[in-house]
Amino acid sequence: MNALLASTLAFLAPLAQAAPPVDAAATSGTAEFWVFWIMAPLALGAALSMVLLRNPLHSALMLVLNFFAIAVIYAVLEAQFLAVVQVIVYAGAIMVLFLFVIMLLGVERDDPVGSRLPGQRSAALVSGLLLFGLLTVGVAGPWMGPESTCPAVALPAGTVEARGGRPCVGLAGPNSAEGGNVAGLGRLLFTDYVWPFETTSVLLVIAAIGAMVLGRKSEDPAELTDRGARGAREATPVPAGDAGSNTTTTTTTGTAGSASGATDERGSR
Amino acid sequence: MSVPAGYYLALAAALFSIGAVGVLVRRNLIVMFMCIELMLNSVNLTLVAFSRINGNLDGQVLSFFTIVVAAAEVTVGLALIVNLFRLKASADADAVDSLRF
Repeated sequence: MNALLASTLAFLAPLAQAAPPVDAAATSGTAEFWVFWIMAPLALGAALSMVLLRNPLHSALMLVLNFFAIAVIYAVLEAQFLAVVQVIVYAGAIMVLFLFVIMLLGVERDDPVGSRLPGQRSAALVSGLLLFGLLTVGVAGPWMGPESTCPAVALPAGTVEARGGRPCVGLAGPNSAEGGNVAGLGRLLFTDYVWPFETTSVLLVIAAIGAMVLGRKSEDPAELTDRGARGAREATPVPAGDAGSNTTTTTTTGTAGSASGATDERGSR
Repeated sequence: MSVPAGYYLALAAALFSIGAVGVLVRRNLIVMFMCIELMLNSVNLTLVAFSRINGNLDGQVLSFFTIVVAAAEVTVGLALIVNLFRLKASADADAVDSLRF
């Protein structure tokens, strides 16, 4: 058995040695080609149908599909951490929040009412196409040539610039410098970007408080405090006239009364 | 059989334009909000593509911060929409016209 295994390995060894250096660049390029040309139309189609579908629930599901396609594209772009975060935060948390609100409000049907501006739809379409052309020429234009393929094509220094193209460096170096994409991002976050990172926590706290304040029902700010604590606080001031053993009885009855009131209120909700 | 980096930027531009047209065309507040999310996402895609073009991870860190800001924005925005729905009993953008002259 061992001898068979050894002979098989010995037979396969030259293949394993010979194959990867020749094929690695070509296969990664081919894989990237197919992943891009499958996922990009999927993302575009999902985005288009999100805008075109009448039912907000279907729109939300199309947006989830779009987020998954973009997560795959992140993985191809050597951003493994962001690909996972995209699935967990966007497709998981944010879209579930959207679906909750859609279901809670019961706005499944998009009832078209009048009072649309005349020609708004066609004007929006024309300006959207203009925006797309402008962004493609202005932002993506310099990198559209075949010289801008990642990882950088092994050309003599200066030839890419001489052809009018711009090189694409690729993330193989930075991703392996710290032992992986996640480790590199973590080091950056806690060294160069530690101040923005800490500010982000303040932003999240503000957002949470803002959502709580916006989501409450009554205008009374006292409603935001805990009912049990409020009842205890209201019960503690003791009338000055009471003395001795009477004091304890009044406080206990006061607390009991407010507590029962609180439970009644909660029950009526 | 290779993909120039510009194709990713063009895809992001297309997604951004679709989101912008969606905000202009749709009138359901929640769908408009989802279109804004799509635009934020396409900007993230641009940042990640440029991070690869320039060969450093700063773009990905910036994209990470954008995701956090988008999450915070969604909580506050959805709370606003729920409040508006309580006031107007409709999630239509045209129902909110108190400041119209």
